[in-house]
Amino acid sequence: MGATFSEKVLARNAGRAQVQPGEVLDITPDVVLSHDNSAAILQLFGQLSQARVRFPERLAITLDHAVPPPTPQHAQNHAEIRRFVREQGIPHFFEMGRGICHQVHCEEGVVGPGMILLGADSHSPHCGWLGAFGAGVGRSEIAALWATGELWLRVPETLRITLSGRLAPGVMSKDLALQLIARLGADGANYMAVEFDGPGVATLSADMRAALVNMMAEMGAKNAFIAPDDVTWRWLETQLRRNRANDWQERLSFFREQALWPDEDAPCAGQLDVALDEIDAIVSCPHRVDNTQPVSALTGTRVDLAFIGTCTNGRLEDLAAAAEVVRGRRLRARLLVIPASSQVLADALDAGHLADLIEAGASIGTPGCGPCMGVHAGVLAPGEVCISSANRNFRGRMGQREAGIYLANPAVVAASAVTGEITHPANLLAEA
Amino acid sequence: MRSRHRIWAYGDHVNTDVIFPGKYTYSVQHDPAALARHALEDLDPSFASDMRPGDVIVAGRNWGNGSSREQAVTCLVACGLHAVIAESFARIYFRNAINNGLLALTCPGVSALARAGMELSLDLDAGELELAGETLSFAPLPPSVRHIVAAGGLIESLKVARGE
Repeated sequence: MGATFSEKVLARNAGRAQVQPGEVLDITPDVVLSHDNSAAILQLFGQLSQARVRFPERLAITLDHAVPPPTPQHAQNHAEIRRFVREQGIPHFFEMGRGICHQVHCEEGVVGPGMILLGADSHSPHCGWLGAFGAGVGRSEIAALWATGELWLRVPETLRITLSGRLAPGVMSKDLALQLIARLGADGANYMAVEFDGPGVATLSADMRAALVNMMAEMGAKNAFIAPDDVTWRWLETQLRRNRANDWQERLSFFREQALWPDEDAPCAGQLDVALDEIDAIVSCPHRVDNTQPVSALTGTRVDLAFIGTCTNGRLEDLAAAAEVVRGRRLRARLLVIPASSQVLADALDAGHLADLIEAGASIGTPGCGPCMGVHAGVLAPGEVCISSANRNFRGRMGQREAGIYLANPAVVAASAVTGEITHPANLLAEA
Repeated sequence: MRSRHRIWAYGDHVNTDVIFPGKYTYSVQHDPAALARHALEDLDPSFASDMRPGDVIVAGRNWGNGSSREQAVTCLVACGLHAVIAESFARIYFRNAINNGLLALTCPGVSALARAGMELSLDLDAGELELAGETLSFAPLPPSVRHIVAAGGLIESLKVARGE
């Protein structure tokens, strides 16, 4: 009987030939992720009277959630984290402005196919688009991982989603993700692994895969997975040559050795078939991600702020889609663009996307999480309406209880910035 | 042993942003009084001022979905909340509850019976609760994690294991 990817990767880590869903295993993850919350984790770690981190080379710490620091308290958190990184000799440390942890780890080859990442961040499943196993945990668990290197994990049941066909022009993987969440519900994959397969996968670019896997957190998934293929290996080689000139070949070989594929006959708890051609652009309405409407049903809805960024939709293709929509136009709503990483920022500059966005009237922020969780850098006023390429539209999420957040793909966000109301980009591009 | 508790009742899919708003996540971290002050701020503004230690929350499906922020658990511990009893929990929230010694009980059928201000009686040993004249049972924790709750949380259980 075959096994899923998640069963295989957890079994290998735990030193077992095979495992069943529901079993609890002690797992030693390859990567232990934290970010600005490392300052709080430090206080928990300090209670354990242990001078040294067990595996400093497995820690990956990124300053991204409040960068540059908006208050002296945030600045002090960052200073404490830098001191800890120096004292413990942690090699994977990424300074403010480098980008969002999930994006940076992929670009830098910190995580790759067949590896296990546990992170104090709910979007830790993100790295699954590269064929890794990523799952979110809490701060106490990261403190325990710093001390002991291991943590209990339950082997998840698997929901297999088989994709066929190809997305229509102007439709993005964000729309597929929102459709899945609307159909299955905000807890449709709670505690489960989501593994994508089928001929439709090959039609999705690297950036589209990252957004899709990232969003499965909003369906409750423990982890989500796309098997490595030519798209994955080409993307990895490009990134490793760029960011790890000294050891890119060894790292790529390591990833090839580690990669695991699910068996086709692996029993799954659920199976869903989705035709990509049937997906259209949709929008999540306040205050739930699974509360969706077609774009056309929201015509006339006023928009004050349009936000493009985050670990979900702040990559090069996202900025390119937005630039194409706003090129040569003036904006009726404020448009805030925050690239997911410094590399995305540099590439968008080279490609001319930033010039298109800035000339239309957009403002550009420091790579990082931006206003996604309402800490700083673009929070809302009472009564304001935001359309965002982010992942959550919960009440108060962007800092203000009496504000409304709509979620959409970056082209819809950009089109809405142009008209000042929720707009399908096809309506604008048809006029041009 | 049976204990009696006053109920705060909420619906399905209550997320961590309304339990503990994200704008405080990097400024309010460990101070119990400050944590308690913001508990359920964007869900029920009366909760922080009117709840009494020993109260319980009864909720629907998927309590605690969204962010992994642990304050969504520790703010309720700081209030003295006895337990969250729900139809189901989001998985990171469930882990965080165990790791901070907050009772998180999965009890199908409970939310349809509960109204704010009612009382329920809880028997942890029997895995049963009584509410509105009905007796419901809830699932025991997996044996492998029960010792973490018994120690009062993950960090405490590690201290015990190390003889600290």
